[in-house]
Amino acid sequence: MAKRIDVSGLTAYYGTHKAIEDISMTVEPRSVTAFIGPSGCGKSTFLRTLNRMHEVTPGGRVEGKVLLDDEDLYGAGIDPVSVRREVGMVFQRPNPFPTMSIFDNVAAGLRLNGNYKKSELQDVVEKSLKGANLWNEVKDRLNKPGSGLSGGQQQRLCIARAIAVEPNVLLMDEPCSALDPISTLAIEDLIGELKERFTIVIVTHNMQQAARVSDRTAFFNLAAVGQPGKLIEIDDTERIFSNPSVQATEDYISGRFG
Amino acid sequence: MSTVIDKRPSTLRGARLPKWSPYAIAAGSAAVAIGVGTAADLASRVQWGLIAGLLFIISTYVIAARVEGRRQAKDRIATCLVWVAFLLAVVPLVSLIWVTVERGVKVLDVYFLTHSMGVVADTEVGGGIYAAIIGSLEQVGLATLIGAPIGVLTAIYLVEYGRGNLSRAITFFVDVMTGIPSIVAGLFILSLMLMWDMQPFGFAGSLALAILMMPVIVRSTEEMLKLVPNELREASLALGVPKWRTILKVVLPTSIGGITTGIMLAVARIAGETAPVLLLVFGNPFINNNPFEGAQASLPLYIYQQYANSAGSGAAYDRAWAASLTLIAFVMILNLVARGIARWKAPKTGR
Ligand SMILES: Nc1ncnc2c1ncn2[C@@H]1O[C@H](COP(=O)(O)OP(=O)(O)OP(=O)(O)O)[C@@H](O)[C@H]1O
Ligand SMILES: [Mg+2]
Repeated sequence: MAKRIDVSGLTAYYGTHKAIEDISMTVEPRSVTAFIGPSGCGKSTFLRTLNRMHEVTPGGRVEGKVLLDDEDLYGAGIDPVSVRREVGMVFQRPNPFPTMSIFDNVAAGLRLNGNYKKSELQDVVEKSLKGANLWNEVKDRLNKPGSGLSGGQQQRLCIARAIAVEPNVLLMDEPCSALDPISTLAIEDLIGELKERFTIVIVTHNMQQAARVSDRTAFFNLAAVGQPGKLIEIDDTERIFSNPSVQATEDYISGRFG
Repeated sequence: MSTVIDKRPSTLRGARLPKWSPYAIAAGSAAVAIGVGTAADLASRVQWGLIAGLLFIISTYVIAARVEGRRQAKDRIATCLVWVAFLLAVVPLVSLIWVTVERGVKVLDVYFLTHSMGVVADTEVGGGIYAAIIGSLEQVGLATLIGAPIGVLTAIYLVEYGRGNLSRAITFFVDVMTGIPSIVAGLFILSLMLMWDMQPFGFAGSLALAILMMPVIVRSTEEMLKLVPNELREASLALGVPKWRTILKVVLPTSIGGITTGIMLAVARIAGETAPVLLLVFGNPFINNNPFEGAQASLPLYIYQQYANSAGSGAAYDRAWAASLTLIAFVMILNLVARGIARWKAPKTGR
């Protein structure tokens, strides 16, 4: 049930501060799109506008359109809660619910939304944990607290929690930045599997990671500190990394930035 | 080569006073203080203690500065001051509990807890605090039933929803309410009672107590809610969970331990309030189980009345002390329960 995202003319503010300006792009279904760019250029901000999490920040405001299979997420009468059920999110730092067990963490999305059958729950949790490559490590201690896992396991737990509600799109904000190379590899493999079912957008500071996992890459940049971030270009990952059409992209990728 | 390195004095390990030195210095200072005290014929033992304390601090500093250096000497002085502050804080507490227990156990028995004053005159032996316990439990219980939900909900509004002027105004008024003297809360309810021409009854006291406990609960709950990391709220919202459900199922469970502790402390605080109870509940030597009609007794009020009406009778004093002991025990049990809940509900760690 992967869906296409079509963004046009999107501008986002924090209070009076314009964080990103006039961004337009298309994210293909069943593909991985990577966002790269220097710190502070608005990658996280843009990602959060895609599931209406931006407005959760006090003062957060968005202009423009985000079409999810032809339906405008910012159109009149759209319920942000339903949007977030379709567009899931994994955060930079693993954030399992500390009061819940591993099982309850994965079941949280279904339980808290209230629409589930008790008999299904066990299956969904097992399937999600398997999907996140975590099942073998935790199947003997599903009732232990989720905060007792290692950082990498916690991050995969958060991925399991996000895919348990069967979203159409999965947004990942630097999901590997706190992880060791082995956990990173596990998550990259996982992304490769998940893209069969979901549309995946991933923010990363790791060029190799972007090159490894993504089909398309978008480069963001900002003219100067305090200026809004902008989309410089988006293209097939191979093109971006071999022969980008904008000089700034090449400078950034080859480390000649700034 | 290695022997040469071994012989060089370490720059990381300085000279240290032996472990027993503080005790030796303390004993020395005490001896000198006793000497000075007897020589100068100082009557007050407090003076002796002050001399010993000063001597101890000065000699600790001088000796440590000589042997260990100035930084370590300052460290020792700071340690001394912290200990002194600790002792100064603990001494009154321990002596208060000591005296209360010593005097309170005299008449505190099952009979005392299960009987009321009834027709026993305040100057006679006998009677008990059953009516007062019932009254206190009912008044404090009702006050908590009113104050805790309103307080917690206000805090939730302030932390989770409050923006702009309304929330600033509420914060301001909560601050003002924190400072309301209990007698003023009592007078406020009393003025309402007089408007409607009502006689004293337990629930009126509960209302005043609720006014007193609400700001305390709002404040403590607010702090606890602010401690919940924003990431948890975002994690829940990003799963498509509505905000109210996020608060109910993620934010509150994460902070429930601290919130309960705050409520218990507020309960402990109002359990000892006398002034509003005196005005609104009036006191009653007979058992009145109905908080909504007729005067009731209450523990703090009972203590006050036994003391005030004793006319020098030892029996009344004994009862007042025993009631005080009961009240302190009640508050302590509440605190222990609060700690237990906080520990039981604390976010779990470990495998
Ligand atoms: N909560 C906030 N309130 C106000 N301004 C914010 C907030 N979060 C981000 N900003 C601003 O928005 C701009 C973009 O920030 P954003 O977090 O999207 O950058 P980023 O590209 O994700 O950076 P990084 O790679 O370091 O994560 C920055 O100038 C930042 O200062
Ligand atoms: Mg970011």
